[in-house]
Amino acid sequence: MKYTVNEKGYYGKFGGAYIPEMLYPNVEELRTRYLDIIYEEGFQKEFHKLLRDYVGRPTPLYLAKRLSEKYGATIYLKREDLCHTGAHKVNNTIGQILLAKRLGKQKIIAETGAGQHGVATATVCALMGMECIVYMGKIDMERQRPNVERMRILGTTVVPALSGSMTLKDATNEAMRHWINNPTDTHYIIGSVVGPHPYPDMVARFQSVISEEMKKQLQEEIGNPYPDYVFACVGGGSNAAGAFYHFLDDEHVTLVASEAAGKGVDSGESAATTALGKPGVLHGSKTILMQTEDGQVVEPYSISAGLDYPGIGPIHAHLFDVGRVKFVSATDDEAMNAGLELSRMEGIIPAIESAHALAALSQFTFEKDDVVVVNLSGRGDKDLETYIRWGKY
Amino acid sequence: MKNRIKDLFASGKGNILSVYYTAGFPTFDSTAAIATALEKGGADIIEIGIPYSDPVADGPTIQESNKIALENGVTLPKILEQVKLIRKTVKIPIILMGYVNPVMQYGIERFAKDAAAAGVDGVILPDLPMDAFLAEYKTTFEAANLSNTFLISPTTSEDRIRKIDNETDGFIYAVSASSITGAKGEFADTQLQYFDRLKTMKLKNPFLIGFGISDHATFAKASSYGAGAIVGSAFINVLKKSANVASDSEAFAVSLKNNSKS
Ligand SMILES: Cc1ncc(COP(=O)(O)O)c(C=O)c1O
Repeated sequence: MKYTVNEKGYYGKFGGAYIPEMLYPNVEELRTRYLDIIYEEGFQKEFHKLLRDYVGRPTPLYLAKRLSEKYGATIYLKREDLCHTGAHKVNNTIGQILLAKRLGKQKIIAETGAGQHGVATATVCALMGMECIVYMGKIDMERQRPNVERMRILGTTVVPALSGSMTLKDATNEAMRHWINNPTDTHYIIGSVVGPHPYPDMVARFQSVISEEMKKQLQEEIGNPYPDYVFACVGGGSNAAGAFYHFLDDEHVTLVASEAAGKGVDSGESAATTALGKPGVLHGSKTILMQTEDGQVVEPYSISAGLDYPGIGPIHAHLFDVGRVKFVSATDDEAMNAGLELSRMEGIIPAIESAHALAALSQFTFEKDDVVVVNLSGRGDKDLETYIRWGKY
Repeated sequence: MKNRIKDLFASGKGNILSVYYTAGFPTFDSTAAIATALEKGGADIIEIGIPYSDPVADGPTIQESNKIALENGVTLPKILEQVKLIRKTVKIPIILMGYVNPVMQYGIERFAKDAAAAGVDGVILPDLPMDAFLAEYKTTFEAANLSNTFLISPTTSEDRIRKIDNETDGFIYAVSASSITGAKGEFADTQLQYFDRLKTMKLKNPFLIGFGISDHATFAKASSYGAGAIVGSAFINVLKKSANVASDSEAFAVSLKNNSKS
């Protein structure tokens, strides 16, 4: 595989493990053991059984007829929104909790933005009877209230991150600090393809079940495992990494990543990382991030808490750098309209994150026989308040 | 080539006091005044922090000083100007400590050249991993005669400590506990055992103990194991409350080194 991580933990120029020495033993333990653990037969069996019986996989590949008509192509939706807990995030947390158990850890920490990863982590911790603390930016706690209460109902302690911009990047900082202070009994379940090596690779592998299923389902559906396009939104990039993974070497499949442009790429209130960022170090890896000339991390903005992040995973920085993935962006307006459109045309209210992937469709001109898969990463239940405030329906 | 850090340790001096503070905190112009006062009070090394928006290895005290310093308009080029000013009078080693991203954006070669020209003797970048240092920084830093200091912690394996010792030319920063920065009370027995273990390893480089040094007692205790100790958060707390940073900085250094003041 041409685009996967090398043995030093890099994707081209990006990746690595830029961590303080205090975290080195933990990350090193993971690095040396993750592949052996996750490809062990017993692990695979337990992982896939839980994905089937607990998460509800495989998720359907649904032919969206009215959407297809509108955009003049055959459009399928990969229904990650139907996963237990409402988003793709749970694919990763199931994998990581099984790993944490095999590493002998008793406690789990996580960061969350939209709260989907927090809920998915709280869920697997309840399932496995493990203690769980989730860090969440104070601002995100306010705009994703239902998810905060879901985590609490599941028995998780939600700790507000009060530093910096009080959003996802700061929750990640707080989780890392907690891990530095508790290095032996705690596993940190990172929620996207970010963080020091081996996290990006590990999370991508757990999420790769998405494209693995797409291929099988397309084979059954159209007699060919390859679509012409795959669309996904990118916050840190885990649903995109999962949706692209098994197509990366198939260069005839156009992969499209949609970032959050917020109020417009040049408005000063945006989270379109590849458009606005430069290479640097964020949360333990060398990647592309939004920053000042002086190397200070810029506070991003998006209506979607899950995309409100100033970086992208190093795999995406590389895929952008070499041009394998086409990066586009959608504004708040465009995403909200696309979310409402899907609601009205297909009876599916998408997460606002996923609506950014849908919004990218209108930026392309398709051939009539093009097969397009949009990764519908999550459902809109958590976003009801945002939809209501948005109005216009 | 002359390097003030190497000279200091070569002199065999013990009880070395290294004081960390954030550039541009509490005010933009306090950087130079603090340096002068610390030297006067008997500090042996000053570590000037490059403020960063996302200091993951730092506790609330240093997080706050970073935030205020950034609000005060401090940038790396401005810090280098301040160091130049400090070097007009201050003779003790100056280390720049900070996260790697601002250095990367400044440009590694440009940074090494400008820092050395300003009078910087060494660098501590806690989130720069050894492999990246060896591949991309080492030659450049050496050419500029900048010494690089790695951190070790109680969970660092003996093998890795030896590896770090091999790649170090100056001193090793022994983090006293598995924790982020922050002033604490006394050392626990497990920490003392770890200091003992370091002492008996007979490393080629001297080590300074940092994190959790807050007063003369913890400074003296730490110094009895290594070449000396590093104090940060406790000093930031003093600066935060200070009405006269120069006299308070001097008094702080004096009080850490000597038991006369409490
Ligand atoms: C539904 C949904 N999609 C996408 C994301 C963005 O994360 P990632 O880019 O890692 O898929 C989130 C994050 O919270 C989410 O909840």
